[in-house]
Amino acid sequence: MSDESALLREPWFDFGRQREAGKFGIWVFLGSEMLFFGALLLTYTVCRIEHPDAFAAAGRATNIWYGTINTAVLLTSSLTMAMASQAAASPARLRRLVLACLLATALLGLAFVVIKGFEYKEDIDKHLVPGAGFALPQPGAQLFYGLYWLVTGVHAVHLSIGIVLVGRLFWEFYRRELPTQANPELEITALYWHLVDIVWIFLYPLIYLPGRSS
Amino acid sequence: MTDALLAGDLPLPPRPDYLRHGSTIASWLTTTDHKRIAILYAITITFFFFLGGAAVTAVRLELFEPNGWLLTSDTYNKLFSFHGIIMVWFFLVPSIPNTLGNFLLPLMIGAPDVAFPRLNLFSWYLTIAAGAFTVYALLAGGVDTGWTFYTPYSSMFSNSHVFAAAAGVFVVGFASIATGVNFIATTHMLRAPGMTWFRLPLFVWAIYATSLIMVLATPVLAISLLLVIAERVLGLPIFDPARGGDPILFQHLFWFYSHPAVYIMVLPAMGVVSEVIPCFARRRIFGYDFMVYAMLAIAGIGFFVWGHHMFVSGQSALASLVFSFLSFIIAVPSAIKVFNWTASLFRGQISFESPMLYSLGFVGLFTTGGLSGLFLASIPVDVHVTDTYFVVAHFHYIMVGGSVSAFFAGLHFWWPKVTGKLYPESWAKFAAILMYAGFNMTFLPQFFAGYLGMPRRYHTYPAEFQIYNVMSSAGAGVLAVAYLLPLGYLTWSLFYGGRAGNNPWAATGLEWTTTSPPPPKNFDRQPRVDRGPYEYHAEGMSAGTDAPEVQNARDIR
Repeated sequence: MSDESALLREPWFDFGRQREAGKFGIWVFLGSEMLFFGALLLTYTVCRIEHPDAFAAAGRATNIWYGTINTAVLLTSSLTMAMASQAAASPARLRRLVLACLLATALLGLAFVVIKGFEYKEDIDKHLVPGAGFALPQPGAQLFYGLYWLVTGVHAVHLSIGIVLVGRLFWEFYRRELPTQANPELEITALYWHLVDIVWIFLYPLIYLPGRSS
Repeated sequence: MTDALLAGDLPLPPRPDYLRHGSTIASWLTTTDHKRIAILYAITITFFFFLGGAAVTAVRLELFEPNGWLLTSDTYNKLFSFHGIIMVWFFLVPSIPNTLGNFLLPLMIGAPDVAFPRLNLFSWYLTIAAGAFTVYALLAGGVDTGWTFYTPYSSMFSNSHVFAAAAGVFVVGFASIATGVNFIATTHMLRAPGMTWFRLPLFVWAIYATSLIMVLATPVLAISLLLVIAERVLGLPIFDPARGGDPILFQHLFWFYSHPAVYIMVLPAMGVVSEVIPCFARRRIFGYDFMVYAMLAIAGIGFFVWGHHMFVSGQSALASLVFSFLSFIIAVPSAIKVFNWTASLFRGQISFESPMLYSLGFVGLFTTGGLSGLFLASIPVDVHVTDTYFVVAHFHYIMVGGSVSAFFAGLHFWWPKVTGKLYPESWAKFAAILMYAGFNMTFLPQFFAGYLGMPRRYHTYPAEFQIYNVMSSAGAGVLAVAYLLPLGYLTWSLFYGGRAGNNPWAATGLEWTTTSPPPPKNFDRQPRVDRGPYEYHAEGMSAGTDAPEVQNARDIR
């Protein structure tokens, strides 16, 4: 009960209702995010239909190792996030497990960003930035890489926000400022984290797999 | 004895209302009270309204003469672009939802606040930051792309401050999404006991439908502007045809937001009018259920008509046909609403106080704007009048004639509740009539000029169109006076107006059951709801069948 009163916020009288509203609100926001990434993927689809060969050639020029390792890293981070969420929801007091899982999630997220940074460096060295001196001859390939930089950049911004949110939760739990058990902020952060993950599941085949099937 | 004591209520201990609950600047800037945030928004959008109005004053002055006597074409382009950007994103989109909606939504559903009060305040700060970007774009030299930012002009050729202006709109979009999420969650989660979905006032339904559009359409606007910014700053080739890009794609993305955005601007107006008309006709709203379904239908179908902005942009004939058909279809729910407002007057006891005058003005002007929209939905007519003043007149009838009239209707209707003061009714009636007259003087001639072929956004024009432009500019002068009048007498009423009772219009609705102005948490006791929203008379009867004290309640305020 004391846990709940520490978490109760204006204008709610009932903690269960507040939790439900928080979850509902984040789902509505995630719906909005779907349209955000949806518009980018639509742009990708239109360009790919207009330039299929260039997109295949550009897809072959990506480094699939970085992409695949990052996919594994991010999916694992979703596992640890889900474990943190489940552990906090369980009636048993699993504070240390929650803390460990949150820390692992944030570190895996950071690892993704670092690996992505190495990949960006390689892309720049290979002249895969649209503009003068671009490495590939097809005009559509510049479109592919324009979208590549934009969509992975937007994804990385989302992921960085997620890392900050998870890091903040970890810190507050570690300092015992907030109770871990049944904390609605944890559920909300987890839902956001999974969205960022799901977006990557769409991005991986669209970026790294074109032109590699034959 | 006071009215409350006569009604059998126990006297409550005195407590400050929301306006007097803390009076420092900091108590306003850090408030999470939805009513105070509504006031912050009201001040902000009033500022932007007069900023956008000043820009268009120069435009209308310029158009007095056909030869460009006042401004260079460059300045002219920047002024109408600034007018559009400010009026759409910094006035019309936030106008009713963020001021009246913010203030009234919790009151109307019997809640102490919105679901996420801190997010609500954050959204206001985002609006301010976005406004700073946009005003910077103006001060730094302006932007000349029009409010539509069409590529490839905006991405490749314009030398003006597209980045700052687009960034401003990008940021204000997130304010819009945050507000939308908040309102949807509030409507779902914070309704008072007994407030079922079909007992919600139509204003709440309107705000709800608007919020759905805000949440689902605005991210696409964000992406379309992000792509323009990326192309300008980073040199990405997305909209550059020479490098394989597709400039038409921008129009698809942009109108996927901006057509639904028209309904973001007009649905809340419909909500206001649906509150005002029953009150001043002393009638239940005609066809409540259909009003709800019509609003949801408008919100839904509104997502599938964007192609009617692109009949001459080079989309396939089949696509144009489908978009044309759907644009006709969306007229059906709009027509249902107009017929239902009109039918609500039947067998009513109509009185013509200023909110009612504004609302009746809305019905007339919205109908005119909507019917001219059918001309534009029809492909052959649209090809003839595309990018002429016919289009300008059409959307100003919807947005200025419709939405702004309704905004003023709501402002007058709820002014006693918001401020606790009564405004001078004769002045308000005069302003309402003047606004209707000035509006028609301004925009009716534009239908004729446009139909005869006068293109929009041109700095100079053939002398044969001068008569229409002089009429229009003169009307704009009248309209400006009609907008300045309320600023004067409403401000006056803040200091010298008489005290308003809890329910000066004898209206139904939970917001009228609390004090004027309401206390910080809205209600001293948790309200319970056991009836529909517009019970002005017994079901199946006409207005005037109630007890005399109910009928006369307006006269004893």
